[in-house]
Amino acid sequence: MTATKLGGPVTQARPAPEPERRGGSPAAILLKATLLGLAIAIAVWAAFPLIENEKWTGLAILVATTAGLLYLYLTPRHIPLKYLAPGTVLLVLFQVFPVLYTASTAFTNFGDGHRGSKQEAVVAIQTASVTQVPGSQQYALRIATTGDPATGPLVFLITDPATRQVSAGDAGGLTAVPGTDAAAAGYTVLTAGQASLRSTEITAFAVPTAGGAIRSSGLSRAYEGKAGRAYDEGCDCIRDTTTGRTWTADESVGAFVGADGDRLAQGWKVAVGLGNFTRVLTDPAIAGPFLRTLVWNFAFAIASTGGTFVLGLLLAMALHSDRVRGRTAYRILLVLPYAMPSFAMLLVWRDMFNTDFGLVNELFGSDVDWFGGSTSARLAVILVQLWLGYPYMFLVATGALQAIPRELSEASRIDGASAWGGFRRIVLPLLMVALTPLLISSFAFNFNNFNAIYLTTEGAPFPADNPANGATDLLITYTYRIAFGGGGAQYGYAAAISIFIFLIVAVVSAISFRRTRRLEEVHS
Amino acid sequence: MRPAAGVAAALTCALALAGCGGSDDTDSPGTGPSAQQQQGELVIWADDKRSAALQPFAEKFGRENGVTVKVQAISKDQQTTFVTASQQGSGPDVMVGAHDWIGNLVQNGAVDPVQLSADQTAGLNPNALKAVTFNGQTYGVPYAMENLALIRNTDLAPKAPATIEELVAEAGKAKTPEKLCLQVGQNGDAYHLYPLYSSAGGYLFGTSADGDYDPKDLGVGRPESVAAFKKIATLGEKGSGALKRSITPENSIATFTSKKCAFLVSGPWAITDVKKANIKYDISAVPGFQGGQPARPFLGVQTFYVASKGKNKALAQEFVTNYVTTPELAVALYQAEPRPPALTAAFDQVKGKDADLEKFVAAGKDGRPLPAVPEMAAIWDPFGKAEAAVVGGADPATTITAAGRTIAAAIK
Repeated sequence: MTATKLGGPVTQARPAPEPERRGGSPAAILLKATLLGLAIAIAVWAAFPLIENEKWTGLAILVATTAGLLYLYLTPRHIPLKYLAPGTVLLVLFQVFPVLYTASTAFTNFGDGHRGSKQEAVVAIQTASVTQVPGSQQYALRIATTGDPATGPLVFLITDPATRQVSAGDAGGLTAVPGTDAAAAGYTVLTAGQASLRSTEITAFAVPTAGGAIRSSGLSRAYEGKAGRAYDEGCDCIRDTTTGRTWTADESVGAFVGADGDRLAQGWKVAVGLGNFTRVLTDPAIAGPFLRTLVWNFAFAIASTGGTFVLGLLLAMALHSDRVRGRTAYRILLVLPYAMPSFAMLLVWRDMFNTDFGLVNELFGSDVDWFGGSTSARLAVILVQLWLGYPYMFLVATGALQAIPRELSEASRIDGASAWGGFRRIVLPLLMVALTPLLISSFAFNFNNFNAIYLTTEGAPFPADNPANGATDLLITYTYRIAFGGGGAQYGYAAAISIFIFLIVAVVSAISFRRTRRLEEVHS
Repeated sequence: MRPAAGVAAALTCALALAGCGGSDDTDSPGTGPSAQQQQGELVIWADDKRSAALQPFAEKFGRENGVTVKVQAISKDQQTTFVTASQQGSGPDVMVGAHDWIGNLVQNGAVDPVQLSADQTAGLNPNALKAVTFNGQTYGVPYAMENLALIRNTDLAPKAPATIEELVAEAGKAKTPEKLCLQVGQNGDAYHLYPLYSSAGGYLFGTSADGDYDPKDLGVGRPESVAAFKKIATLGEKGSGALKRSITPENSIATFTSKKCAFLVSGPWAITDVKKANIKYDISAVPGFQGGQPARPFLGVQTFYVASKGKNKALAQEFVTNYVTTPELAVALYQAEPRPPALTAAFDQVKGKDADLEKFVAAGKDGRPLPAVPEMAAIWDPFGKAEAAVVGGADPATTITAAGRTIAAAIK
């Protein structure tokens, strides 16, 4: 029943469907088969990397989704689901998954210095600690094998630079090779191409010596190196091989910590529970100026949305009148700012507000330090938003105005209403029903309008005693600076902050939508 | 009706699955047996300009060694892209970038140290070698250096000023609308201010016994930095007006080339524009304060890195340690962008043809390598803002003390 209703116009436009043509025209069947085939092909393509990386959960989900979709579109039943499924799949992929991923990141210390696993951190620490043994020399290296170049056991043929003595090294140690001819001694020297195919083996290859081990530096040189730090499984710590100093693994912070609290730089990703959230709430850098920033953030979003709406609506009404000539030309001119990339326009506006070289001061002969004072900087960013945003409001208001029957205003005029009264009581309420959801989304967008601030003032001006929070900073630019400015990228912390911002925007939107619904009830 | 819906639905789920496949694809490089036939492969990442210059040499290296070399241009956010891609296993074998990335790359386990022979290290500029040394290890092979210098319009200012006070006086005589084109901008620029800050006695990080920067000794917020910012304030908008927030990174070079100021503090990258504007210029060291310490510009070094998580590390090491250290490549990279080569042999080859190079190197004589410690990330923003505030007339003591507090809190 729902299907008939949904597909209504299409069915009615055609002659009554014949029972045999339930599957549709041959062309439609072909298209359907092609698209379903494409879906299968993509699923197969996506399956290979999943299998290769042994991601069985992902594979199970992929198989289940594909099977479910095939079943859904090959059976004549479940018609409502056929309409719902594509949207749902997209919703899960592009909305639910990123939100869940962000939320899960917020409970970890993921960020610079804590990106990988503990195993990776241990490898990084050990690799970074390998130094040349003092007083040792470098050798000319040839990579050789006694067997097949692709699979045979590797041997390092090294030539002592002083004595020209060639030695063969493997996991057992070094043995002298008589003469300099490798082939005569039974070795096949690998070409660079052959050797590069066994790169991982060569990098890991170490010939033990008294002072350390001979390792490769590229394909043509070898050096005697020694790892200065090694992981000790017994104490779950990193030990310095010369001084004996240890750094013990601390799973709560994801780092190796020394006795004096000194941390090794290479850490790993661990779950930190609610740590990031409590940090947001207790960080004096956030809590201190939070209220001031929040108030300005609301003011900015309301002024941007309201200002563009009023300006756009006024222009739309002016051009709605039949008495205006050349309306199309005006409309094209008015939407021009909308056609330009806002990215570039924001940068142009920033330069236009320059005190000494900017167009604004030059044009008005003024000497205003626009981004230097709080009030002027705030005014400037709102002006820029007004210019960037009014074409959108103008477009939607023009569309909404055209949808309102003119008879309504005419009737109100006949009933004795003034032009203003007619607009306020008849046109505006009808407009608001259509435009309020757009205003709410515009508000949510402007509330988090990162570019508007970051590409113009970057939050300036900053009070002399607080370089972290400026007068035009929005919550999003401010928290971006905290999460990515100081100690490198802190994704976990940034995710926690974005959850807080999400909550604020969600609450505001929920309240607004509730009010809209009341508005609709009144007018329906 | 139903086929239409089916078609639409199938199309969307095809798209959806493509999205799904795409997101899982990141950690699945083409490691299938068919992808790696009989040739090893080396992947190099560099920015747009350098990847173009590298291309012919990469091909030559590939031919000589019987391997495939791919040079890929990363046009934006190279460091972040590299770290993220490395972590996912889709990064390159060799990365080209600035030396001050080292601290962050090391803490993320993204690069390996390189082992150079004594001959190789002897062929490199000692300052460049020092810049790529971190915690006693060499983390890459430097190929080009850069530092700030004072570029002056010799028509407007014939004599190179020895001190900043002399510069201000000269600029007054030249009667240009601006005294000095040193970019400050609304939020300051620590890199361009550092020569003056160091001359006035300030420092960012102290140095430990072995000459490395010591992040535990933060100089910002200390009495030395307050004294330095007091001196800088005399050049600000309420002082002589040599430093102004309206001179921004975008307009400083253009203001100089349009002859609105006689002096520009900038690096080798500005020379192309200056030449294009047909300005007679000369290059000298950035002058310091009278009776102060020498003005020390930061030395930046462009570096080849061996990626830790590359698939072909042995080949990457061969390329970086044994091929990049040859002068030919350094000269070609110099031709792509004229910065002094770090390889002494290459520098000697090009210096005869380009007098500016030697002048830039001379201007960087007192320079200090840009700190590569990860803690440096915490300095740029607050320090720059303190600069902007003081240039605008704020109280130096409160401003720089607050900046020091913010930095210390971020480093902790």
